Amino acid sequence: MARHTRLSGLEPLIITPDLLFINVGERTNVTGSAQFKKLIKEDRYDEAVDVARQQVESGAQIIDINMDEGLIDSEAAMTRFVNLISSEPDIARVPFMIDSSKWTVIEAGLRCLQGKGIVNSISMKEGEAAFLEHARKVQQYGAAAVVMAFDEQGQADTCARKVEICSRAYELLTTQLDFLPEDIIFDPNIFAIATGIEEHNNYAVDFIEATRELKKRFPDCHISGGVSNVSFSFRGNNIVREAIHSVFLYHAIRAGMDMGIVNAGALTIMDDIDPELRERVEDVVLNRREDATERLLDIADNYKGKRGAAVVETLAWREKPVRERLSHALVHGIDQYVVEDTEEARQLSSRPLDVIEGPLMDGMNVVGDLFGAGKMFLPQVVKSARVMKKAVAYLLPYIEEEKLRTGDTGKNNGKIIMATVKGDVHDIGKNIVGVVLRCNNFEVIDLGVMVPVQRILETAIAENADMIGLSGLITPSLEEMSQVAREMQRQNFHIPLLIGGATTSRAHTALKIEPHYKAGTVWVKDASRAVGVAQSLVSKDLVEDFLAKVRADYADVRERHRNRGPGKQLVPLAKARAQRFSCDWAAYEPPQPRQPGVTVFDDYDLATLRPYIDWTPFFQTWELAGHYPAILTDEVIGTQASELFKDAQAMLDRLIGEKWVTARAVIGLWPAANVGDDVEVYASTARKERLATLHSLRQQVDKPIERPDFCLADFIAPKEFDKPDWIGGFAVTAGIGIEEHLTRFEADYDDYSSILLKALADRLAEAFAEHMHERVRREFWGFVPDESLGNDELIAEKYRGIRPAPGYPACPDHTEKTALFALLDVTRNTGIELTEGFAMYPTAAVSGWYYSHPDSQYFVVGRLSKEQVEDYAKRKGWTMLEAERWLASNLDYDPE
Amino acid sequence: MSTLPWIHPDRVALLEQALRQRILIIDGGMGTMLQAHELDEHGFRGARFEHGHDGHAHAHSHEHSAHEPPVGCDLKGNNDLLTLTKPEIIRGVHEAYLEAGADLVETNTFNSTRISQADYKLQHLAYELNREGARLARAACDAMTAKTPHKPRFVIGVLGPTSRTASLSPDVNDPGFRNVTFEELAENYTESTNGLIDGGADVIMVETIFDTLNAKAALFALSELFHQRGARMPVMISGTITDRSGRTLSGQTAEAFYYSVRHARPLSVGFNCALGAEDLRPHVQTLSNIAESFVSTHPNAGLPNAFGEYDETPEHMADVIGGFARDGLLNLVGGCCGTTPAHIKAIAEAVRNHAPRALPSATEVEAA
Repeated sequence: MARHTRLSGLEPLIITPDLLFINVGERTNVTGSAQFKKLIKEDRYDEAVDVARQQVESGAQIIDINMDEGLIDSEAAMTRFVNLISSEPDIARVPFMIDSSKWTVIEAGLRCLQGKGIVNSISMKEGEAAFLEHARKVQQYGAAAVVMAFDEQGQADTCARKVEICSRAYELLTTQLDFLPEDIIFDPNIFAIATGIEEHNNYAVDFIEATRELKKRFPDCHISGGVSNVSFSFRGNNIVREAIHSVFLYHAIRAGMDMGIVNAGALTIMDDIDPELRERVEDVVLNRREDATERLLDIADNYKGKRGAAVVETLAWREKPVRERLSHALVHGIDQYVVEDTEEARQLSSRPLDVIEGPLMDGMNVVGDLFGAGKMFLPQVVKSARVMKKAVAYLLPYIEEEKLRTGDTGKNNGKIIMATVKGDVHDIGKNIVGVVLRCNNFEVIDLGVMVPVQRILETAIAENADMIGLSGLITPSLEEMSQVAREMQRQNFHIPLLIGGATTSRAHTALKIEPHYKAGTVWVKDASRAVGVAQSLVSKDLVEDFLAKVRADYADVRERHRNRGPGKQLVPLAKARAQRFSCDWAAYEPPQPRQPGVTVFDDYDLATLRPYIDWTPFFQTWELAGHYPAILTDEVIGTQASELFKDAQAMLDRLIGEKWVTARAVIGLWPAANVGDDVEVYASTARKERLATLHSLRQQVDKPIERPDFCLADFIAPKEFDKPDWIGGFAVTAGIGIEEHLTRFEADYDDYSSILLKALADRLAEAFAEHMHERVRREFWGFVPDESLGNDELIAEKYRGIRPAPGYPACPDHTEKTALFALLDVTRNTGIELTEGFAMYPTAAVSGWYYSHPDSQYFVVGRLSKEQVEDYAKRKGWTMLEAERWLASNLDYDPE
Repeated sequence: MSTLPWIHPDRVALLEQALRQRILIIDGGMGTMLQAHELDEHGFRGARFEHGHDGHAHAHSHEHSAHEPPVGCDLKGNNDLLTLTKPEIIRGVHEAYLEAGADLVETNTFNSTRISQADYKLQHLAYELNREGARLARAACDAMTAKTPHKPRFVIGVLGPTSRTASLSPDVNDPGFRNVTFEELAENYTESTNGLIDGGADVIMVETIFDTLNAKAALFALSELFHQRGARMPVMISGTITDRSGRTLSGQTAEAFYYSVRHARPLSVGFNCALGAEDLRPHVQTLSNIAESFVSTHPNAGLPNAFGEYDETPEHMADVIGGFARDGLLNLVGGCCGTTPAHIKAIAEAVRNHAPRALPSATEVEAA
């Protein structure tokens, strides 16, 4: 009779034999992680929570929490931290392991745990009575327990003692109490080896052998341990430490170890260890020779300080058979030898397709598995894809030739048409998804950007595609996607529709897209989810269940949307207007610009912009979560982030040095006055001739009377006060000339560089906007001539005034860009163009307004009542239909 | 824990025997029945609280007279207080449900914890409300059993969720904040349970669990209390799936919820409140697949309508629940918000001819 351990966070975790090995994340442990200890000591709990999140994202199935440190109030820290991570659904979904050598700290943790977690640990070190009392409490709190091989005499070091103590503990727990055997997890103590002390040499063997015996005696129980202890004597040498962990786990798992406290993001694959290192590590772990420690020490220094790099840099893998070389190149993203290896493999194969379907796909499968398991990150995957693409490009002529001869076209997982919808030009995310899908043997037909619906549908028919994927970044694209869905229904399509992009959401897809298309619409959150979704959709076994689940899920979303309570009612427009932002306008003296009118900057110095780059969003583009610069030293993704950052710096050096792109900007400052929710912009200080009227939207949130319902127009002095107030506008780009380089990379099958360049150009454009805004405050408008803020302070928006951009939360109407572009003559002055969806091209561009009022601030307009939409339509000269289309994302009601 | 003897071994034996024979009927909602009496503030206060304070405070409270009188605090709506001020009404509700066919009645103690009664400044009544609540139900059950001795009736001592949650922050800006601790909840539940046991309850039910951590505090208190008394009482556990997301308010799935409370080795586990029978079905099905214990449910009479009223008819509700019974999901069934004796009567009839869910052998549980 099988008995499985049944744990829970927000979701269940049943430990069945097919899970093989349960990763318990170790980084939220102050005794094991200097970084985490620092965060707790400095009261930086937000970042400490991020550590927990990264552990779960990296594949930890349980997270271990330990606050045992003399200078920390451990009980208070345990309570606070567990309460905090319990409030994060993406962390709290897994069970927690409450780890402390103090019983009071364990109880503090258990009192915060709604799920069934694990206590780490209880033991007989204070005798049987205390052990049983603690075990009884563990049962009352509803947890499983790690039982350490520790008794009145001390911690067990030999195999015999480990087995004896654990057996006695088992006997007590199951006869004196009714503890469930499956809730017992033995920790037979992992001690450091290769310490130079002879008695320590057999510690790993003792653990492994004790594990084998315990698993035989108590098959329902589990065996766990803190893995990093074993390599403790190699502190500071991560390559050797990780190699020891891999080898140790390899043997311990075969003996029956089925749980371990590990750094979930940093497990080296056994086969990846340099053979010489591996052999010497095995000698040490298995205690195979007397001089094992010396021999490992002899070579250990060769690996020092190369964290993760040494394995890749050695060329030993070049000695292996070609199949393995290709696999290695793919897994490690090395494109240097790929053409010669591919040629060699081709000569060994009967047909060129065999190279793709054999070694190349095998390698990509490894990449896909590692990525799916959270052991590899997006930038690595994109690099692997580059290798794949180059190999395939090399083989293509041979395959074509073969095809002509035999008609054999090979097979793939499925075919997907991808496109950024009409009116939108953003494609970084879409390209990343394309790369990831190709890695998983999908044929991706990428139609590019601004693709009209008919072209998407015609291609899908012509190519006999298995699915269509739509992407978009700006809010009008949401409406366009809904149109595509309707059109697919009208034309009687039967293939699934995938929706992705930054402004898309599960709710929007469920409410506005899926109902229009019957054959299945699925929202894909990010690149890492894309493969799972696509595979489910092409699998005959999975597709029906999968779509049924998605449909039910979206029906639920709609139902909840319909049933949402009346709690957050908007206030009438008149009331919101009465509660507008105001100040003592009569006493207010608006700052006068030093350089009014329009100023153009052609060919701006790129080097000047570089220090203004905000790097955090750059990492987000690559699905690496964390703040710059902390992300570079992060214990889980630090290596990957640093490598990406290094590549980015190298490309930035060349981009600036060789002037790959031209940066251009235009700014303008004009007299202005507030009228209602609009701003009138005048040609001169005479304030007679009106150049434009800018329209703003107002919050309608039910707020206490002292907090205004914001509207951008309120930050300009009302006309009746007759104050000489001003408004500014700007448009900047760092993307002129980028196509030439993108084409170059694409011709070289180098998606990695192409995506990297786009991401960098985006960052430069944002940096340009930041820089110009600073110059405006200091020079052109000059209301803070002596401002001196560091880049961190700029990023934190510590300056006076704001620069809201049309299409963003404070002014969600993208069409206001028309007025901005006309006032600044943006297209002639900078080359930036507006698409019909009001996206800017080149995409590396930013435009917006300048407000100078000291109390002006960013805010979110949020939902709009029909009354305001009607009023706004009247002011803009729109029909209701037009208004509801452009403001679709903000409507508080369902338009007819 | 489960090796302790029962406090009332004879009643436990009768209850377990009945559970193996048929699907047992739990009573229905209390609130709906009380609304019909249209009691005003005066009615809720009765003679004892007529003058703005507790006339018996000295006799009933261990706290000395410095205790705050409930001046300026309306007692209308404190349904549990009617146990003391209008016992005949509460007894009448119990009798109506027993007449309708209920095998088990729930004590009128949903809010009889120190924390919940503090909203009325009546925290000193917690023990008394539970003891008297259990006595009223005991008397009604015993009278009914005397009439039909072949069908024993049982008192479920109810422990409600309290008005606070131990794993959710009431302050959106401070997710680490809690306005109640595990220890406070455990103390509250200990006091209330002592009242329920002393008043004659047959089983204790931790019900309407929004936040599993509150329930775990209750279960902890129960095991500690049983340990101290040297004897135990069967425990029923009933969670609440708050909306169609299929999760508890504190975010757990039905399966995760069960694994979190399973250590109490309950007599039964189930779901009640928030949803009607139709919407509860998949979650009851989940429990039925995995639970080693008996399975219960007492749903609302549908979802509230635009006026916040429940309008699912007895016929409709009985029809849906008849389906649960036919498919072998149930051991105990009753009603929650909006249900009346008419609902319970219809449900009792609908499940009468269906066999109760058999307790799975451990092997079957594993296979599920």
